[in-house]
Amino acid sequence: MGESIVITSGKGGVGKTTTTANIGTALASMGKKVVLIDGDTGLRNLDVLMGLENRIVFTLIDVIEEKCKLKQALIKDKRFNNLFLLPTAQTRDKNDITPEQMLQVVETLKEEFDYVIIDCPAGIEQGFENSVIGADRALVVVNPEITSVRDSDRVIGKLDAKGLENHELIVNRLNYEMTKRGEMLDVNDILDSLAIKLIGVVPDDRSITISTNKGEPIVLEEKSKPGQAFRDIAKRIIGEEVPFMDLSESTTIDFWSAIKKVFGKK
Amino acid sequence: MEIFKIFFSKPSAKDVAKDRLKLILIHDRASISPDILDKIRDEIFNVLSKYVEIDSDDLDIRMTQVDNDNNESSPALIANIPIKNLKSRV
Repeated sequence: MGESIVITSGKGGVGKTTTTANIGTALASMGKKVVLIDGDTGLRNLDVLMGLENRIVFTLIDVIEEKCKLKQALIKDKRFNNLFLLPTAQTRDKNDITPEQMLQVVETLKEEFDYVIIDCPAGIEQGFENSVIGADRALVVVNPEITSVRDSDRVIGKLDAKGLENHELIVNRLNYEMTKRGEMLDVNDILDSLAIKLIGVVPDDRSITISTNKGEPIVLEEKSKPGQAFRDIAKRIIGEEVPFMDLSESTTIDFWSAIKKVFGKK
Repeated sequence: MEIFKIFFSKPSAKDVAKDRLKLILIHDRASISPDILDKIRDEIFNVLSKYVEIDSDDLDIRMTQVDNDNNESSPALIANIPIKNLKSRV
């Protein structure tokens, strides 16, 4: 029986879908059988991040309305045979699914997959309820900003109230330089405020925009810092102990490698 | 040496953020949802009715903010309980 993980946050735009795509891809690259479910009915984007937007035939809604079999709606990833996407509909909305229906889909998928990862939409309404009901554990994504931490606090409270107490925190979009200059909340500030364990820190990086543009999750890039961070999170999910990356190295190394380039390391 | 005061007394943006966040979380967490407030009201009514006669409609219990010594406001539950009659003494 597999494990179902919901990626949630409360606040929108903090990186849930990016996290889902990347953790899913990383777990698949480690040999696990993974399915990603897009919980954002009406505003779907997981398909775009995975580069699979042209391959959608049936969606989660079709499965629930019994217009197709669950297997028919699963889209195989372009790069990994053991990674699948269950997309949702763009022309319906979150109220077209009940938590019970969603639970059934997740339970069925857990029988076949090692990991079922549910991309939760922003908010705490129906979309959130549907995404959380089938989850064994939750990863809460937060940005180092008051607004995001506040919303995550509310979400963690809701998860606790539902008995979903196996939750961990991912701090996404951390700008190391800004935290050093005292301009941005750092990881400790966030952990002081929220009652939750840390499972990963992902640095802010413009290369994520490029990976979204190409439909290729950043974990596929060996040298990328955020890619490394997501790969580490995936390892921690399967139980490996991985020390947290030292984000301070990044700018110094880039400076020197830039100098090296100028002096002819061809 | 005014210049040094300017450099050393201004809190960093991150410290301002952390303080604001702390207060916001205290307020958010202390707000009791309407359902729970109703339950609290019912139970207070039941307990008080053992000792005094009160009208359920007049029982007023609500959340508010009170200012403490540091000029910060913290959440408080206040009750207004008009008593119609004391019940018989034990």
